[in-house]
Amino acid sequence: MTDHDLVREVRARLTRASLALARVPLSLLGLALVPLQLVTYPLVLVTVGVPLLLLSTALARRYTGHHRGWAAGVLGTGIPSPYRRPANRGPMTRVRTVATDPATWRDLAFLPVNAVVGTLCGVLPLALWLGGAFGFAAPLLWLNGAREVEYSLIDADTPGNVVLAPLLGVAYLVLAWWATDRVEHLHARVARWLLAPGARAALTDRVRELADSRADAVDARAAELRRIERDLHDGAQARLVSLGMSLGMAEELMARDPEAARELLAEARESSSLALAELRGLVRGIHPPVLADRGLDGALRALALAHPLPVSVDLELAGRPEPPVESAAYFAVAEALTNVAKHSGATGAWVRVRHEGGRLALMIGDDGRGGAVPTEGGGLLGVERRLGAFDGTLGVASPVGGPTIVTMELPCALSSVKTSSSSGTA
Amino acid sequence: MRVVLGEDLVLLRDGLIRLLRAHDFDVVEAVDSGPALLDALVAHRPDVAVVDVRLPPTFTDEGLRAAITARRRVPGLPVLVLSQYVEQLYARELLSDRAGGVGYLLKDRVSDVRRFVDAVRRVASGGTAMDPEVVTQLLARGARDRSLGTLTPREREVLALMAEGRSNAAIAARLFVTEKAIGKHIANIFGKLDLPLSEDDNRRVLAVLTYLEAV
Repeated sequence: MTDHDLVREVRARLTRASLALARVPLSLLGLALVPLQLVTYPLVLVTVGVPLLLLSTALARRYTGHHRGWAAGVLGTGIPSPYRRPANRGPMTRVRTVATDPATWRDLAFLPVNAVVGTLCGVLPLALWLGGAFGFAAPLLWLNGAREVEYSLIDADTPGNVVLAPLLGVAYLVLAWWATDRVEHLHARVARWLLAPGARAALTDRVRELADSRADAVDARAAELRRIERDLHDGAQARLVSLGMSLGMAEELMARDPEAARELLAEARESSSLALAELRGLVRGIHPPVLADRGLDGALRALALAHPLPVSVDLELAGRPEPPVESAAYFAVAEALTNVAKHSGATGAWVRVRHEGGRLALMIGDDGRGGAVPTEGGGLLGVERRLGAFDGTLGVASPVGGPTIVTMELPCALSSVKTSSSSGTA
Repeated sequence: MRVVLGEDLVLLRDGLIRLLRAHDFDVVEAVDSGPALLDALVAHRPDVAVVDVRLPPTFTDEGLRAAITARRRVPGLPVLVLSQYVEQLYARELLSDRAGGVGYLLKDRVSDVRRFVDAVRRVASGGTAMDPEVVTQLLARGARDRSLGTLTPREREVLALMAEGRSNAAIAARLFVTEKAIGKHIANIFGKLDLPLSEDDNRRVLAVLTYLEAV
């Protein structure tokens, strides 16, 4: 570290220490919210408290919200909002939600704690810096005859005081240097401890998330079944009926008009192959046979082969994921590749699949024009929902001008069974 | 002509046996699982094998893998693979030993008896029989490959029919031109795909392979 760096770093720390001191009034101001809130609770009984309570909690939440943002900035990790979602059914339910929300009470507890911790943490660093500086100032005062000035138990009459005081000052400065950021961190950690969702709230959130994703999964499944039913009814089933009719008529015509019968038979054969083609399409949509045969490896390679653009597949898996995960991953990649073909204007794409840390990571990239966003009704949002059912996540990085990279992660274990290997040509 | 049949669905197996026998094939053995198929192929060394892709015990691509393994042990063993669906990946694997005598057809093609029997005979005599659906998929992508991109639309049409395994005469009849014109087109295709001049009939297979490998 050069001298210049040292000076700059000292200046930065001094600034931070000053800012911490500036926050002290804010910490103390929070105390005022405590009686306000406590008073409004009994007042709820006489209705006037209802708007008051809502107002005071709103104030308290603004206040703690600010601290949440500050602590998140200091700690470098976000702090999720701990509050229950307001059930918007009349003011009384709203009040009940707010009043019984454990987060409201934790906010209330935060105010006095923050007043104490915030004041201490605000005063301490700057006090240390000033104390250090004074270690150099005191000897000058003593030499100028100010005998009554005392510095940390050293007074003007102590032998060696002129040397001792600056030495102690240096110790203070080192301590101040060391402590400035640590004290701020400590304050932020205390804030997070009280302001982050409690274990229970986190669990409640998780339950809600799971209920949502289950509802999505059930919806998607029902829609899928309806689609299959419709496709079967309008497609294969109708064709088989017409096939039966053609055969029946041919049977009747056989003796009278063999030529017409032959035509009908040819028609029937045509019908049967169309029915088969439709069934084949349907099966592919439900579960692609190549996925059953070869697992993700073969299925993604087959997908790449059938793609209108050159797609390179880089896949390393030590085994196979459970079938539902495998299928979700396959359809997600298929959807992403379809998007590449439809919208990206790319000249090529790539797929990378790895299994690391208990998660299946899939990446699909292209060299197209970018600007992809998961919009309502769009394919990517559908993929996100589909992955959500497995606790999976979807990320899209697509700056305008490209390139686009879609990343997906699915928690899953791999079975030890190795994917059946191809003959080495794929 | 001796045939080994691998098909696990009883109805379809009996139907195929009846169909083949009606056309003077000698079905020497009909098996219903992958391992049994491999044993039968190696033991009988038939003139042609008709094989379902999906067979027990795994009900995945057992039949296909048995066929590929058998071709490794008995080089050039003619195999016609039938499947409920076509997958380019499988077509490539089948053709990977760059030898003829390979077919890959959708099961529904069996219903067009004459063409099916034709395909069996063609494969038995070292030719190819690719399903039109494989060929269509390839045609859709062909434009992106450099060497295939230089083909004229007519030449691509001819190559597609050639990939299905048709003879020059059949292609000529289909496109309503003379056989000589087809011969010229094919010579152009071989030239553009940079296939060495030889009297070897396998150049047709190689042309198809170039097609399949255009990735």
